[in-house]
Amino acid sequence: MDTSKTITLTIDGQEVTVPEGTTLLEAARQLGSDVPVICYHEATTSNGLCRICVVDVNGGRVLQPACVAACQAGAAVSTRNGRVERSRRTILEMLNSAVDLSAAPEIGALMTDYQADPQRFPEAAARDHELMDDNPFYVRDYSQCVLCWRCVQVCGSDAQYTFALTLDGRGYDTHVSTAFSIPMTESPCVFCGQCIGVCPTGALKPKIEWGLEKGLSHDEIRQMTRQKRRRKHMDE
Amino acid sequence: MKTMLDSIVSGYAGKRREALLPLLWEVQTAYGFISAEAVHAVSHTLRVPEADIYGVIGFYSLFHDQPTGERIIRVCADPVCGMHGADTLLDDLCQRLDISLGETTTDGQFTVERAPCLGLCDHAPAALISQRGQGESAVAPITSADSLVDGTLSRVAPSVIEGELRVLLEGVQPDHAQSLADYGDYAALRKALGLSPEAVIEAVSQSGLIGRGGAAFPTGRKWQGARQSASDVRYLICNADESEPGTFKDRVLLEGCPHRLIEGIAIAAYAAGAGQGYIFVRGEYPMAYQRLQAALDEAHAAGWLGENVLGTGFSLHIELRRGAGAYICGEETALFEAIEGKRGFPRIKPPYPTVAGLFGKPTVVNNVETLCAVPDIIANGAEHFRNRGTKDSAGSKLVSVSGHVRRPGVYEILPGLPLRQLLEEQCGGVEGRLQAVLMGGASGTFLMPDELDTPLTFENLRAIGSTFGSGAVMVFNDTVDMRDVLTRLAHFFQHESCGKCFPCQLGTQRQLEILKRTPLPGDTQRLHDIGRTMTEASLCGLGQTAASAILSAMKKLPDVFDRDTHDGHQQDNHADH
Repeated sequence: MDTSKTITLTIDGQEVTVPEGTTLLEAARQLGSDVPVICYHEATTSNGLCRICVVDVNGGRVLQPACVAACQAGAAVSTRNGRVERSRRTILEMLNSAVDLSAAPEIGALMTDYQADPQRFPEAAARDHELMDDNPFYVRDYSQCVLCWRCVQVCGSDAQYTFALTLDGRGYDTHVSTAFSIPMTESPCVFCGQCIGVCPTGALKPKIEWGLEKGLSHDEIRQMTRQKRRRKHMDE
Repeated sequence: MKTMLDSIVSGYAGKRREALLPLLWEVQTAYGFISAEAVHAVSHTLRVPEADIYGVIGFYSLFHDQPTGERIIRVCADPVCGMHGADTLLDDLCQRLDISLGETTTDGQFTVERAPCLGLCDHAPAALISQRGQGESAVAPITSADSLVDGTLSRVAPSVIEGELRVLLEGVQPDHAQSLADYGDYAALRKALGLSPEAVIEAVSQSGLIGRGGAAFPTGRKWQGARQSASDVRYLICNADESEPGTFKDRVLLEGCPHRLIEGIAIAAYAAGAGQGYIFVRGEYPMAYQRLQAALDEAHAAGWLGENVLGTGFSLHIELRRGAGAYICGEETALFEAIEGKRGFPRIKPPYPTVAGLFGKPTVVNNVETLCAVPDIIANGAEHFRNRGTKDSAGSKLVSVSGHVRRPGVYEILPGLPLRQLLEEQCGGVEGRLQAVLMGGASGTFLMPDELDTPLTFENLRAIGSTFGSGAVMVFNDTVDMRDVLTRLAHFFQHESCGKCFPCQLGTQRQLEILKRTPLPGDTQRLHDIGRTMTEASLCGLGQTAASAILSAMKKLPDVFDRDTHDGHQQDNHADH
C-alpha cells in the first residue's frame, strides 16, 4: 500500500484526510467516532463477520463493514443513522437469543446503547452446548461463543500454527471444534493460551478462574487438575 | 496388505490442498463416510491439518463423518417438490424403513435425508441417491416411497425444452448429450483464435451480453478487467453450481450441449488470457458431470483443448470439479474456496475476482448460460445477437418454468415476451387460478396476476422491483398455502447459510422459526427487521437476498401475515426502503 497518497472523505459531517488504504474504522476512530465492534481484534485478521461495525456509505444499497472497508475519496459516511441502528440492534437481539452473553459486558453495554430488547425473539432456539472440561488448563463453554473466529485464527495461521481448532457445521449450527471433537489433550493443542487471550466472551476460560468463580479454593482446583493428569497418566 | 483407502490416497501423492474435495469425494463414495483414519491419511498426503479437513467435511452436506447406509436417499422438499407431495413421501419412506429423518436403518442399508432443491422441478418430486461404491444418481418424478427403496426408479424423465427460438438450445435433445460429431467443429473458437483477444472482448461487449447467473454483470467488461490485471496466471471458471430453487436451465445445457459450453469457455479463456479453466458443477448433478467429462475428453482428443490449440500458441486445460452440497458455492468467492479445498465461505470484496480470485490470481467466473451464448456471438456477430431481445436485454434468454403450468420445462425466449404469453402460449397455460409467480428463484420476488403483462426483460423487471435473477419462474395457483411456500424458502436459506456473518447465520434461523410457528404478536415486525438487516448488513449475496421473497410477500401477499396484525406494530415502516 502506498501510504504517501492520501484521500479525503467526510465521516458524520466531519472532513478527514487519511492515507490510502485506511479502513473506515481507523478513520472514524481518528475522529473520535464510536463505531462498535465484536469480532474485530487488532491482533487477528479481520473477516467482517459480526457486522456490528456496519456504517452507511453514500446511502448505498448495502451497509459497509467499517473494520475491513477502505476509505473512498469523497465518500460521505454516517456511522450511526436509522438503517445502521436497525441492523446493529437486530443483530444484537438475535445474538442475545442465541448465545449466553452474561460474561460479555461489552456486548451488554451495546445492547443498552442500541436499546436492544433482550426478549425480542421469544421461543428462539439457543445454541446450547455442554461445558467441556477436558484438560488441566482451561474450560470451554460454547454456549457463550459468538463465533468471532479469533480462537481458530490464533491457533492457526494468525499466530500459533498449531491447527488444533476448526469451525464445524454450517449456518446456525456452526461451532468451534477439534477434529472429530476429540479432547484437547488428544489434539495438537500445545496449551499456549492464546485462544483464551482473544476470546471476547466467557467461552474460553482458564481453569483457575472458572474454579474460583464456582467458589472452589485454589487447593481444590489444583487437586482437580492433578487428579485428571494422574488419571490420564494411568490410562496410558 | 494395501487397503482400498491406501490405493485411493496414494493416487493423490504429491498433490496439495486444492485436491482435497476430489479426494474426499473418492473416500465418501467408497465408504459412505469419511472416517478419522481416512482423515489422518488424507492429512499426511495433502499436508492439510486434520482439524481443517474435519471442518471441510462438516461444511458440505454430501460428506459424512459418521457411517451412513449403503444407499442414502435424499428427497427434495423445497417449494415445487413440496407442492407435489414431498412431505408425504418422506413420511412414507421413514415409516417404511422405521427410522426418522436423518437416521440410518439398523441393518445399515438406508439413510434418509431431506435435500435442498435438486434442479428437477419440472419433474417434482425429486430425489438424489448415493449408492455406496457407485456414486450419485438423480431420480424424478418419484412415484412412490417403495420405488426409492427397491431402486426401481433409476432416471430422470427428460425435460420439456421449447421456446420461441433455438439458439442456446439448438440441437439439444432432452434425452442425450450432443456428441462432438453432432455438434460439429468449434468453428467459433477457430474464428476467435484468428482475432486478437481484444477484438473478441470488443465483440462480446458490443453484443450487450450480460451475466445469466443472477447478477447481470456485463460479460465483456468482466473479461476486460481480468485481462488488464497484471499477472502471469489467470483463471477462467464456469460456474455450474446451479442451486437456486426453481432453476434448472443450466442443467439442461450441461446435459444437452456440453460442447457449446466448452467452446464458450475456450473463447472466454482466450479473450481473458487464461490458460487454466475449471468447471465447477454442483454435486447434485451427476448426469451433467458424467456428460461433461465425456465431452471434455472428446474435445481434448480432437485438439480443441490442450497445448497449442490449432497451432495458434493458445493453450487451455480444463479441470472438471464437483461440489459437495453447498448452495453458497455458487457465490463466486465461495467457489474459489471450494476449489482451494476449504470450507465454502464467501470472501470480503474487494478485492474483486478479476483482480485477485482463485489462488489469488485474476479470475473470470461466468455462468453456464452466459458462456453458452458466446459461440453464437463470435460466429454470427455482435449485431446479430444484439438484434434479439431489447436494448438492455440483448440475446435470447432461458427460463425455468415450474409449478402450476401445464408444461413445466426450460424455454428459450426473446426478452420482451410478456410473462402472460410465456405462461399461456408457451407453457400451455396455468393449472387452476393463478395466485402468484415467484420470479428469479428463492432470492427473487413475487409477481401478482395484475403484473402478468410485464415484459420479461432485465430492465422491465427491475423497474417493478423484481428481477430476472436466475431465470426461475415458479407458478402457484390459488390452492397453494403461500405461508407454506415461504416457510420452505426460509428452510432452504437456513440450511444453506454458510454461518460466516452474523446477520445471515442468525437471521435465517430466526426467520424460519417465526414462519414455522403460529404467529405471535410482533412477528411481522420481527420478520421485517430480520429481513432488512440481512439485506443491508450481510456479507454476501446469499444473505442479502435470503429475505427477498419474504419481504416481497409482505407487500404483495399481506394476507399471509394478517394473522399477526392485531399487535399494534402493523407494517407501518415496511415500505421504508
